[in-house]
Amino acid sequence: MLYREAGDFKTTYRADNQTFPILFDRVGFWITLAVAWLIVPLVINDYWANAILVPFLIYAIAAIGLNILTGYCGQVSLGTGGFMAVGAYAVYKLMTAFPDVSMVIHILLAGGITAIVGALFGLPSLRIKGFYLAVATLAAQFFLVWLFNKVPWFYNYSASGQINAPERFLFGQAITGANAGPTAQYLICLAFVTFCALLARNLTRGTVGRSWMAIRDMDIAAEIIGVNPLRAKLTAFAVSSFFIGIAGALFFAVYLGAVEVGEAFGINKSFLVLFMCIIGGLGSIFGSFAGAAFLVLLPVALKVIGADLLGWPTQIVSHLQLVVVGGLIMFFLIKEPHGLAQLWRLTKEKLRLWPFPY
Amino acid sequence: MKRTFTAAAVAALMTGSASADLVIPDLSYRTGPYAAGGIPFSDGYQDYFALLNARDGGIGGEEIRVVECETGYNTEKGVECYESTKGEGALVYQPLSTGITYQLIPKATADGIPLHTMGYGRTSAADGEVFNWTFNYPANYWDAASVAVNYLLDENGDDLSETSVALVYHDSAYGAEPIRTLEELSAKHGFDLSLFPVTPPGQEQKSTWLQIRRERPDYVVMWGWGVMNQVAIQEAANINFPMENFIGNWWAGAEHDVTPAGAAADGYKALNMNRIQDYPVLGEIQTQVIDAGMGAGDGTNVGKVLYVRGMYAAMLAAEAIANAQEIHGVSDITAAQMRDGMEQLEITEARMEELGMAGVGPSFSVSCENHGGSGEGLVQQWNASDGVFEPLTDFITPDDAVIDPLVEADAAAFAEENGISPGCL
Amino acid sequence: MSADFLYGIEVLINGLMAGVLYALVALGFVLIFKASGIFNYAQGVMALFAALTLVGVMEGQIPFSHLINAIFGTDLHYFGWTVPALLAILVTLAVMVLFAWVVHTFVFRHLVGQEPIILFMATIGLAYFLEGVGDLMWGSDIKTLDIGLPQGGSMFVEDLTVGLGGEDFYGFFIDKLDMVATVVAAVLVIALIAFAQYTKQGRAMRAVADDHQAALSVGISLNFIWVLVWSLAGLVALVAGVMWGAKSGVQFSLSLIALKALPVLMLGGFTSIPGAIVGGLIIGVGEKLFEYSIGPLIGGATETWFAYVLALIFLVFRPQGLFGEKIIERV
Repeated sequence: MLYREAGDFKTTYRADNQTFPILFDRVGFWITLAVAWLIVPLVINDYWANAILVPFLIYAIAAIGLNILTGYCGQVSLGTGGFMAVGAYAVYKLMTAFPDVSMVIHILLAGGITAIVGALFGLPSLRIKGFYLAVATLAAQFFLVWLFNKVPWFYNYSASGQINAPERFLFGQAITGANAGPTAQYLICLAFVTFCALLARNLTRGTVGRSWMAIRDMDIAAEIIGVNPLRAKLTAFAVSSFFIGIAGALFFAVYLGAVEVGEAFGINKSFLVLFMCIIGGLGSIFGSFAGAAFLVLLPVALKVIGADLLGWPTQIVSHLQLVVVGGLIMFFLIKEPHGLAQLWRLTKEKLRLWPFPY
Repeated sequence: MKRTFTAAAVAALMTGSASADLVIPDLSYRTGPYAAGGIPFSDGYQDYFALLNARDGGIGGEEIRVVECETGYNTEKGVECYESTKGEGALVYQPLSTGITYQLIPKATADGIPLHTMGYGRTSAADGEVFNWTFNYPANYWDAASVAVNYLLDENGDDLSETSVALVYHDSAYGAEPIRTLEELSAKHGFDLSLFPVTPPGQEQKSTWLQIRRERPDYVVMWGWGVMNQVAIQEAANINFPMENFIGNWWAGAEHDVTPAGAAADGYKALNMNRIQDYPVLGEIQTQVIDAGMGAGDGTNVGKVLYVRGMYAAMLAAEAIANAQEIHGVSDITAAQMRDGMEQLEITEARMEELGMAGVGPSFSVSCENHGGSGEGLVQQWNASDGVFEPLTDFITPDDAVIDPLVEADAAAFAEENGISPGCL
Repeated sequence: MSADFLYGIEVLINGLMAGVLYALVALGFVLIFKASGIFNYAQGVMALFAALTLVGVMEGQIPFSHLINAIFGTDLHYFGWTVPALLAILVTLAVMVLFAWVVHTFVFRHLVGQEPIILFMATIGLAYFLEGVGDLMWGSDIKTLDIGLPQGGSMFVEDLTVGLGGEDFYGFFIDKLDMVATVVAAVLVIALIAFAQYTKQGRAMRAVADDHQAALSVGISLNFIWVLVWSLAGLVALVAGVMWGAKSGVQFSLSLIALKALPVLMLGGFTSIPGAIVGGLIIGVGEKLFEYSIGPLIGGATETWFAYVLALIFLVFRPQGLFGEKIIERV
């Protein structure tokens, strides 16, 4: 009923080109933004920020990044953890070397550095395809982790081998370090998420995005119609790594504050972000959010229900958690192989026609 | 009963008010790759508090409430656990993971909740003037490295100049901890140090041990964790490396590390910060906690190395609580009062005997400047036929002349990086 | 001969044997990928699950005892009997066949014809699920696996070769377990090849691998073949789990051996059994020799990434792996 398209006549190119062609979507988008920007910061506390919202937002950025590469350009990557580590270490080196420069610039620069590294490791994609490429990106994953662990310059020769985010301020508010309030942490992440999501949305709608999708759908055909695969694949790797680098930088500086590379950016992280993309839906920005929400919120929700409300032993709860998450993944895939985003799309289709489906 | 209990906990969480009990969060890991180490520690930690509740009605008349939260040894879950339990009035955190510790040091400092990282975590937290809220008594990694070397000195008539020592370590921040100390000590005592990193998780160590077989070092010191320990001990046995010259640190010296290798592991040595023997308190736990059906686990772990370590950690926490109650004259203490209790903690031989665990740890006292305790550790040896670790030495003192400057330098670097001006609270 | 050279050879031999162990894990991936196009991420967890089941059956552990105890407040742990290794292996195999049937019937039959990445994702779900079930069923402590496999270096080889390289050479070190693993792997591969070549089911299996629709049209039951393939992968997982579990005890980390198989697969090709073997050997030798020769110069512990880099170098020249089917692309 809400999804009435009748009356949505487009009389200008501008209207035809808008990000959300349906009024309800547009309204929903602005309401979500308004709630996220205006209401959540007022009610947020330490637990919600640190345990749920900040990791969710950061993973959403990483998932958008990987989705650009895997969902839009069709290049499967398992190097996400390694690229996040590049972002984290880059921002650490930058913020300790230039303490007076704004954190926003540092984080963007960290993304830029990651983009260069990502494009470099994207070179083999010109020869290698499919799962072979996925495994090839693992080389990047393991090599980068090893490198950050081995070369003391990256962790400023500290005796512990860990990197710690010192306190930095933005508009007079601490956003990193121990005294950063939940609101500040949340808002900085939200700002980057909004920026990244809008950027990704508009990139994927434009020329670059179309060339990515052409490569994904059939790379030889794309080449024949004049898409340069070198440029398309490397831009996809670079843009994707840029987002993942930002996510890594935020993950270290804002969320965790202290990081050891093998533990925080190991192979598990690569898999986790890939899972988010696939569960959410490949080739969908909304899917990245849905997937991140699913994998960040579900375990916490199960833990709260099982251990805190029902009082079961924590051990059994976490085993059951694995069973439930695994079972749900399989269930969703059987019901809807194209992820949560497709479920949402189908729901929308149905809503449009409701109550007269024929 | 339990359900209403947790409902109350949730209510407390929502309102952020502390309930009347003494709340001790237990960040355990009973799942994941390191579960075998996490289970006995957590059992010991919880069972001791359960014993205090059952036998003495808590501490100073105040019930203890242990809130368990599963971390799976995962830093992010650890953060979630910290955030979800701190609102309940948590007195002290025992994060039981170096990664989570690094996470929590700044957070807990800002929130004013003490951390106790016993034999893990940030070594330089021993400097109490920089790390006001973090305690790592009775010993830390650098102490452990020094204790190992002092033990070898003792074995070799105080002369290691002709000796070669190989360090086999988990190639991570944790494994690299002892390197700097060992290098200093190698320069001081003239022994030959060679380093063998093992790629985590450490299932494949063939090249490492082939190299050791080739170079034949006199001693191998191991900084291992998880599956790396079992494989290393098996591989050492395979190359016929004499087990009595193979010394693990205290996270590489529990029953589950040696049992998979069977009889071949006999004679393996490991450091420990808590002596393993038959304490009267274990009997009390058996009868009053396990047999009463209140044990955290199924009771099979009672008396194991990591169980005793967990129990020892709980004892140190309980003593600090009692101490804090005495200092401040209130029974329902706050986290800040708990910190005072920890900072003025003194553990004596007599007190340990009174508690039914004579000689479980070294006697030590904590002060504002020194949060690290005495740093003493002992060497224990695995007896495969009886299936027990037997203490081989008494507590060995580390070489403070070497370690103290290292701690000071690292703490100073941390203080500078984070803009902390050292001082007592 | 100089001692250094001989040690190089020793590293080579040990690398070959490590390679056999890698190949063993990779084999399970290849079987399933070839027959159904599923890249089975759960193979490592299957190895863990099989080994856990084997130990559990041998020791007479009651499945799900933790769960039962937690719900009903009972104190169950063991049945009180022990089962001989051979019988326990048979029981475990039966469990793996049952597992294959369940997985196929409830999951993958509904996903036939989906894109590879979707199938891959489903196996990830399966991996989570199986890990949770394994933990619930048998508990998460480290279990000692003792089915009488020999351990330790072979003194025979060592004594035989000790004089070869002068005083600095202590003879070749060869792990007896590795020798057993090599023999078992050889037998397994020969048996699999014989099965595929000479039995009716084996030929049907190859037919399905070649072309699903053609196979269907000549009356081959795809369902049966897929269950069969998953069962075979279960068998390979059990063997791999036993070989690795004998070294480290049966524990969670066993599921990580899948990571060791990935570069092998890349190098050998996802669709070739000989590829898995040759790939395993190349990776085993390559990473060990690199660690031996270059490792000490750059800080060591290079094994994780070098295997991938080695595979990557091969792939740049042969994008479908050494033995993989040539990728023919048409527009």
